[in-house]
Parts: sequence; structure tokens; C-alpha cells
Amino acid sequence: MIGFLTTFGLPLGFIVLAMITGTILERRHFRDIERREKALRHVPVLTTRQYPDAVRVLEARMVSGAVVVSIDHFKRFLAMLRNVFGGEVRSYCSLLDRGRREAILRMKEQWPQAELIVNLRIETSSISQGRRKTIGSTEVLAYGTAIRYADIPRE
Amino acid sequence: MILTNVDHIPGKRIIEHYGLVSGSTVRAKHVGRDLMASLKNIVGGELKGYTELLQDSRRQAVERMVVQAEELGANAVVNVRFSTSSVAQGAAEIYAYGTAVRTED
Repeated sequence: MIGFLTTFGLPLGFIVLAMITGTILERRHFRDIERREKALRHVPVLTTRQYPDAVRVLEARMVSGAVVVSIDHFKRFLAMLRNVFGGEVRSYCSLLDRGRREAILRMKEQWPQAELIVNLRIETSSISQGRRKTIGSTEVLAYGTAIRYADIPRE
Repeated sequence: MILTNVDHIPGKRIIEHYGLVSGSTVRAKHVGRDLMASLKNIVGGELKGYTELLQDSRRQAVERMVVQAEELGANAVVNVRFSTSSVAQGAAEIYAYGTAVRTED
């Protein structure tokens, strides 16, 4: 009985614990992201290199933001099951969404006075977990050129 | 030193090109950070130790690139790109490259 508990109960307990805390933490993170996104909505981010020709540019500089995020054990377990049946792995989708939005926010927060960010580039790389080589965590880097206009009336 | 990742400097005119400059660094994670990261892996979320590590190495790569540009007499680097590749297990190379230019002041 005790043997059974330690071989199956312990990993199962870990997964349940990870599911509860992981879900709470993720929800809190998404709420935080949404709040900060609202605060920085006035800074448009473009993936093109163009900016309005008519305005005079006061200053331009490169800004970047990066984050490493990982998913919890429960979602990793779900993804493992997904490997059997195939299809979209939703648990990884939310991980990458979290990472990208956080990286873009950090990039914007590096220079909040900017009026526009052009040529946004996003790079994603996975960090392997050594021997098992499972993709559990990912690094997202967002960078672009922030521009501040010279003669725009500021409120 | 002005850095941009577009092929010009918004609001300024480029008067001279010096060609490619680059900087790189290879970093390994250390055991303490690894341990913390594996604990954090259970519940998921941001792995702050790794974020800092990668930020530090990226900063160093950029610094090396800037030093190279200064030696050439440039005062800006345009079209800066980053690339990350894992060299060996537990070590990553971070590479920054761009074109050194001189702008009118």
C-alpha cells in the first residue's frame, strides 16, 4: 500500500498541486498583462520600417524586452497526452502567448515616452531541460526602434 | 552611440558607412540557477534567473559590438540583429550584429 502510494501518489500529488498553483499564477499573470497593455495602448507597434514622413523625429533608439517562461507540470502532462492523439496543444499556446505579450510589454516599458515603435522583431527559442530534452520553457525576445516625435502637441 | 534596428536613423542623415560590426558571448547557466529553475518548473511561470542571465549576456554582446564600432570611428550602429544558438548542453551563444555608420551631429 505504502509502495503504491509513493510510486503513483507522489507524482499524482505533484501534478494536482501544479495544476492548482499553475492555473492561479497564470491567471494572475494574464490579468497583470492586460492591465499593463491597457496603460501602454497609446504606443503603436509596427512590424514595418515606415513611419509618418511629415513628422520631425526628435530621438530614436533601440528598445528590447525579454522573458523566460515555463509551463507547469500539469500542462506538460496534458501536452504529453496530446502527443498520442495529435492536434493543437493548447497548453503550449497559452505559454507562448504569455511570453510574447510580456516581452512586448517590457520592450515598451523600457522607454515609455516613445510615440511609436517600428520594425518590431520577435525571436522565440526553447530552452531544453538537459537529458530529457522536453520543451518546458521558452525564451522570447522582442526588439524594435522606438521613436519620439519633435513637434507633436503633448497633453 | 545610437542603435536602431532599421536601416537608417530616424531623424538623422548617415554620412559614412563602416561595414559590419558584431559582438558575441557564450554563457553557461550555473547550478544554483538551474536548481531554482527546476523548482519553478513545477508550477510554471517566469524563470527570473534565466531571464537575467540572457539579458546580461545580450547586454555584453551589444557592448562588444559597440566597442568595435567605436574603434572604427562610428557614432551609431544601424540594422542591429540578435541571434541565439545553443553551442553545447547548458551553454548558449548570443550574437549581436549590425552596420556601423557615422551620422551628422
